[in-house]
Amino acid sequence: MACFLVPASEAVITTVAEKIIKSKEHDESSQKTEVPKVHFSEKLSWLNRMLWGGSALLAFEHLWHGEVIPTFPFLTAVQNGETEDMLAEMGTAGVGMAVAVTLIWAGMLVASRVIENRKNTAVEATKEEI
Amino acid sequence: MTLLVTVFAAITCTLIWYRSAPDSSMHFGTLCLMFWGASIMWFVDAVVEYGELGADFFMQDPADMLNDLYLGLSVIALGLIIWLIVLIVKDPRGIVRASITRNRD
Repeated sequence: MACFLVPASEAVITTVAEKIIKSKEHDESSQKTEVPKVHFSEKLSWLNRMLWGGSALLAFEHLWHGEVIPTFPFLTAVQNGETEDMLAEMGTAGVGMAVAVTLIWAGMLVASRVIENRKNTAVEATKEEI
Repeated sequence: MTLLVTVFAAITCTLIWYRSAPDSSMHFGTLCLMFWGASIMWFVDAVVEYGELGADFFMQDPADMLNDLYLGLSVIALGLIIWLIVLIVKDPRGIVRASITRNRD
C-alpha cells in the first residue's frame, strides 16, 4: 500500500545526518593515521544508497500495481478510505523493511571494523619487526 | 518473481563491482547497494505475505508470475537508468565535460 514510505523517511533522516557528519569530519581530516580509515559519513552513505534505491524501486512497484497515483491524495488506499489498513501495513512491512536494511548495514559496519583492525595489527607487527 | 529477478541483478552487480575493484569510477557500488536495498525490502514483504498466506504464497497463477517477471525486468531497467544518471551527473572520468567543451570549441 505505502510501505516504501517508512524506509524513504529513514533515508531523509540519514541523508541529513550524513551531510552534518561529513562537514564535521572535513574539519578533523587534518589528523592523519597510518592506516587509512573509511569515514563514518562514507559508511552512512552505504545505508543511504540502500534506502533510497530500495524505496525508489519499491515506489515504482506500487505505481505498477496502481497503489500510487499521480493525483492527490497520491495513495489509492487513502482515496478508498483504507487509511487504517495502510498504516497497519506501514507498521509491519514498512518498519520491518527499514529495520532489516539497517541491521544488514550494521553487519557491514562490523565487518569493515574487523578489516580495519586487522590492517592496524598488521602495520603494528611490521613496525615491531623493524 | 520480482524478488528473484532483483536478487540475481544484485548478485551480478556485486560480481562486476568486485572484479573492477579498487577502481570505483563506474559507481558499480551504487548499483549494487540499490539492488540489495530493494531485494531486502522485497524479502521482508515476501515474509509478511508468507505469514498471511502460508504455502499458498508459492502457488502463483502463471499470469501473475509473468506479470511479476515483467515488473522485475522493468525494475532492473529503472535501476540501471538511475545508475546511468548518477554516472553522467558525477562524470568521474570527465568524459561528458570533455565532450561538451570539445563541442564548444
